[in-house]
Amino acid sequence: MAHFEKAKSIHDWLDQRLAIDKVNKVMQTEYWIPKNINFLWAMGMVLVITFMMLLVSGIFLLMYYQPNIATAFDSVNYTIMREVEFGWLWRHVHAVAASVVFLIIYIHMFTGIYYGSYKKGREMIWISGMLLFVAFSAEAFSGYMLPWGQMSYWAGMVITNLFSLGSLEMNGIVEWIRGDYVPAQAFLTRFFMLHVLLVPLAIMALIGIHFAALRIPHVNNQDGDEFDYDEESAKYLAGDTKGSKVIRFANDFLSKDLFVVAVYLIFFFYLVFWNYGFAMDPVNFDPADGLKTPAHIYPEWYFLWSYEILRPFSKDIGLMAFGFAQVIFVLLPFLDRSPNVAPANRRGPFAIWFWLMIVDLIALTAMGKLPPEGIFSTIGLYAAVTFIALWVALPFITMMEKKK
Amino acid sequence: MKEFIILGVVTFFSLVTYYLVEPYAHHVMHPHVDSKHFAYADLPALEKVGNAEDGANTFMAGGCIGCHNVESIGMMTGMDALASAQAFGGVNPPDLSNAGTIYDEKFLADLIRNPAHATMVEHKFSDVKPHPMPPFYGAGGDMDQEVADIVAYLKSIAKPAEEITPAMAYNNACGRCHSLKYEGWTQMGEKPNFKYKKDELRYDANVLEYQEGVTKYMGKLPPDLSMYYKSRGAHFIETFIEDPQTHLAGTAMPRVGVTADSAEKIVEHLADSADTKRVERESIAKNVMIYLLIFTIFAYLWKRQVWKELH
Repeated sequence: MAHFEKAKSIHDWLDQRLAIDKVNKVMQTEYWIPKNINFLWAMGMVLVITFMMLLVSGIFLLMYYQPNIATAFDSVNYTIMREVEFGWLWRHVHAVAASVVFLIIYIHMFTGIYYGSYKKGREMIWISGMLLFVAFSAEAFSGYMLPWGQMSYWAGMVITNLFSLGSLEMNGIVEWIRGDYVPAQAFLTRFFMLHVLLVPLAIMALIGIHFAALRIPHVNNQDGDEFDYDEESAKYLAGDTKGSKVIRFANDFLSKDLFVVAVYLIFFFYLVFWNYGFAMDPVNFDPADGLKTPAHIYPEWYFLWSYEILRPFSKDIGLMAFGFAQVIFVLLPFLDRSPNVAPANRRGPFAIWFWLMIVDLIALTAMGKLPPEGIFSTIGLYAAVTFIALWVALPFITMMEKKK
Repeated sequence: MKEFIILGVVTFFSLVTYYLVEPYAHHVMHPHVDSKHFAYADLPALEKVGNAEDGANTFMAGGCIGCHNVESIGMMTGMDALASAQAFGGVNPPDLSNAGTIYDEKFLADLIRNPAHATMVEHKFSDVKPHPMPPFYGAGGDMDQEVADIVAYLKSIAKPAEEITPAMAYNNACGRCHSLKYEGWTQMGEKPNFKYKKDELRYDANVLEYQEGVTKYMGKLPPDLSMYYKSRGAHFIETFIEDPQTHLAGTAMPRVGVTADSAEKIVEHLADSADTKRVERESIAKNVMIYLLIFTIFAYLWKRQVWKELH
């Protein structure tokens, strides 16, 4: 049995049993972060805070929400929005956070792509991050079903239909997923389960993996510099905090994180109180009606780009393009053949690739919502083809890149 | 400085995306309909000055009270909403106590002469299938004068606009076809609290029967409007009330001919139903923002203090 001494203080008592000093060092005071970073490096913390808000607001909503097709709509729009004290606030926080979390995820993702933070030892960070993206997508979609409005119902209908895999007509799978021929009670209850239990569990596990994956390769920095962490941290601990290239996670990095989070929260609560409409589609304030298809069915804004890759092609080709779009980002570390870790604008043709990709994704996003007619279909088709072409070209562009 | 440029780039792309998927896309999907400010320009202006006293006589003699209640002067048909709806063609005819204030005078005058024309549902009716409200063919004198008199009479007995509440405007102009569940309103009126289940079931069965009649009359049960303020928005509701045909050509929904003031009240009533906590939201928003501003200032000062040693 291990030897324990009589504790001199509560701190000492805990330290002997839990090694809290050591944990504090490993997790905070001697978790070294490069100094050469900008506010985009705080997006991880912004995401953690947003996820916490989703979790807490979700717990409160869960106390009143009823996963029953006869009462779900009213439990949200009447009970929570009118009867429950501050129910409206929790719902607005939940809805806005669910939408804004994707804005931050996209910023976080494209920060990684821009600075090359997905390669040379950082592949697992990227892959676990993309798995988180998938998990958040599943969480967002399942949550969207719960108010059981018109968009819930018809988005559920359209998306589950995709699993029949086009001309393969595998309708059995669709029925299996729905638990019925159409979205109905079985469908709502299982998406409720996914939304409040299974997917959040997966998200929390993946967040753990994502953080752990960061530990060994360390965070990237603004110039993609490689340096000796032991040497730099020794310099810091010796008192040369100005000369060292690294800083402590806490309080150095944390103080900057917190400031960025504070500014973000102003933006966030501005949306919650004054500009929440974008996160709660008007069509979803009509109760679900299987006999009345809405004039325009579209997903939430963060799924529009991949929806538009599906839409301009014929059924089977569209599905294949859609499948391609879903997995291709995960493969980025292996499709980028250049060994350079540097900001995109110093990487020659890759800079053009990066900005084209951003513009193309925005074009796809816009066309995904606009009705597929006339000029909008044409732009959508070109944008979808460009998306695929950009990925096909990526290995060649990066192979030509000169080694730095 | 560099951080501001980065922030500028991120903000730019976010705003472009926002503009395209929100204001722009919605503008394309739902073309804007301008409000005509409830002028009812297609209806002729009243040429004669009405006399309320003469109007009272014409009103009583003209048979209006055969179908319409006028509760404020104690004229009741003696029928409940269901019986009245069943007797008079599907929808319970409105109580006319405050009609002179709730509805536009040009609309009332046109309605009295030709109900299908005033309500813009002539495509639904013909000589074979006439509008359930019979037109007023005149009492033998100058018809323009008689109609003006009736309108003047209706105005004289109606409460002034300040005393018409949002609920009164909604209930009279919309509530006989559209339920408003979240405000406890059925097409037959405010649902009472029942002590015994059997009484409630009887009431509910009557509502279903009433709805059946409205469905037959309209072709489809008019939707419950509890969440319409959220699903359609104030501007849509206002322009739809003003002229349903501009949004939905061929719809069976009649133009109801309310005044601009009444339309505003109807929208307010729908906002009370769908966005009940809007006042609370505004007041809490202010406090949250003040808190966050102070929090940001402290966060910034802490950051400065910590980073003094690092730069």
